[in-house]
Amino acid sequence: MEAIYAFCVGILTTCGFFLVLRGRTFTVVIGLTLLSYAVNLFLFASGRLTLDGAAVLGQSEQYSDPLPQALVLTAIVIGFAMTAFAVILAMRSRADQGNDHVDGQIPDKSKKTSASVKRNS
Amino acid sequence: MQHLAIFPILIPMLAAVFMLLPPLGNSVTRHRIFAVSMMIILVIASAVLLLTSHQQGTQVYVLGGWQPPFGITLVADRLSTMMVLLTSVLGLGAQLYACAGDDNEGMFFHPLFMFQIMGVNGAFLTGDIFNLFVFFEVLLIASYALLIHGGGKQKTKANVHYVILNLVGSSIFLFALGILYGTLGSLNIEDMAQKVRLLDGNQQALVKTGGLLLLVVFGLKAALLPLHFWLPKTYAAASAPVAALFAIMTKVGVYSILRVHTTLFGEDAGALASIAVPWLWPLALLTLIMGAIGVLASPNLRLTAANLVIVSVGTLMLAIAMQREAATAAALYYIIHSTLVTGALFLIADLIGKHRGKAEDRYVIARNMNHSTIIGIVFFIAALTVVGMPPLSGFAGKILILQAAQGMTEIAWVWPAVLLAGLASLVAISRAGTTLFWRSKGDANVAEPISKLKLIAIGLLLCASPMLVVFGGAVTDYTSLAAAQLHDSSALVDTVPLGGNQ
Repeated sequence: MEAIYAFCVGILTTCGFFLVLRGRTFTVVIGLTLLSYAVNLFLFASGRLTLDGAAVLGQSEQYSDPLPQALVLTAIVIGFAMTAFAVILAMRSRADQGNDHVDGQIPDKSKKTSASVKRNS
Repeated sequence: MQHLAIFPILIPMLAAVFMLLPPLGNSVTRHRIFAVSMMIILVIASAVLLLTSHQQGTQVYVLGGWQPPFGITLVADRLSTMMVLLTSVLGLGAQLYACAGDDNEGMFFHPLFMFQIMGVNGAFLTGDIFNLFVFFEVLLIASYALLIHGGGKQKTKANVHYVILNLVGSSIFLFALGILYGTLGSLNIEDMAQKVRLLDGNQQALVKTGGLLLLVVFGLKAALLPLHFWLPKTYAAASAPVAALFAIMTKVGVYSILRVHTTLFGEDAGALASIAVPWLWPLALLTLIMGAIGVLASPNLRLTAANLVIVSVGTLMLAIAMQREAATAAALYYIIHSTLVTGALFLIADLIGKHRGKAEDRYVIARNMNHSTIIGIVFFIAALTVVGMPPLSGFAGKILILQAAQGMTEIAWVWPAVLLAGLASLVAISRAGTTLFWRSKGDANVAEPISKLKLIAIGLLLCASPMLVVFGGAVTDYTSLAAAQLHDSSALVDTVPLGGNQ
């Protein structure tokens, strides 16, 4: 179980970081969402993984650590609010700059091609 | 007063909430009066808290009566109360300046401002590392909104970078917290500091990872070298009072590094003692150098001020990397000085920009400036202070840091770097001053009166500089005591009762 769990967190983090490093705001926001999923799972595992363990003493033979669950709740709420803000900001940026690139302008690659197209024509 | 320690968080929070409610909502005038009066109350409360904690020892506020390490605590020791008072004073100055008109460019300036103050104060006061994260998020989300307040292309562009960087930073922060909780089993900083010493080999490696991840996050907030690229553009794009308030934001990062890497990974942490120091030395030096180059290369006064923030961060990090009491004490003195003066410099840059017509605060030849005498005087005082010329506080702060380096081998790096950065600032600021005030031609623009409030705000922030020199003895005594408290790990055990798990 631990291996699969760790593998999932790793995959999510990798995808998250890859998407955050992309140039368009949409993929960046998706990347941030994946990162926050990965973080939530990771935090949850910091109290060790137990099966059939209630978080309240006396309810089951094994009990699980309740604190990471509280931490994850806090992290989910904060992550949700931040993602909402990032989405609104991305839309505002799209409206203000006229494109959805994080730098506010389409990078050189397309400029070069458009310039070469002009030269050719 | 039993509840005094939570006042610096409660006052701005309640003030912000009340300003959103009908009796005060929708009227800028009422917002201004209410916000400024609440801010003055906050300054008084912070000062009382500082005196109480100075005279009666560290105030520990146990929220909800749940005893540490299980409950959440606020720890008001000398260092945190000093930072809270500094935030309140800087906030008052920035707010007075905003009341002269900048708060009217968009809605809800004052509530957002109060939430930001709440987050900063909370980050300083909390004794629980997860709550440090929560208060970081409070201050960040308020700063996102404040940064874009008023709107505009530049602000949106700067804000996109700022928000994305900080969201990634928050994720890394949570990863670090997960690692630390998974190995240490606690989130209370004092409790963690004791448990760090008891770890075995495998766990030490994990905790070291966690600690260094925290350094990355705090380095991002503090604008340490490879993570500083966001700062100049962001600060230059923000409106003046917001930029002035942001002067404390980098100090939140510096404070967190100081707190975590002196208390948690301090000299007593066994194998994990001072894990950050080998990283801090080169990064601090390079930050200082990059900041100095940035100051020389800036095309306008706002960018110069933003790069001076980076220079001050580099200087502070050098002092922290020394890991000795005298250096920490010097760093604390320098924090007070640099926060207030860079805040004032952002306000002055805005004032100059408003009175130079289309040239704004760029270093180009422009028409004569109105009111150039009074603006020139405040600029001159700020320039002397920020460069570190005698007799003002910048000089005293630098002397203290240079003195603290005596007897270390690293002195060969510290002295030239600090002095050369000072020289670079001197050259850049002199060039800025001569261009802005003397290289002008033609008639002045249409006379526009300077708002009294703006001058009062700048005066308030600038008068701290001579005060820091006049009362220098008292201030350095206080910072030495605060540094001694921070470095003395056995004192913490006495002040924070750790029941339950012992």
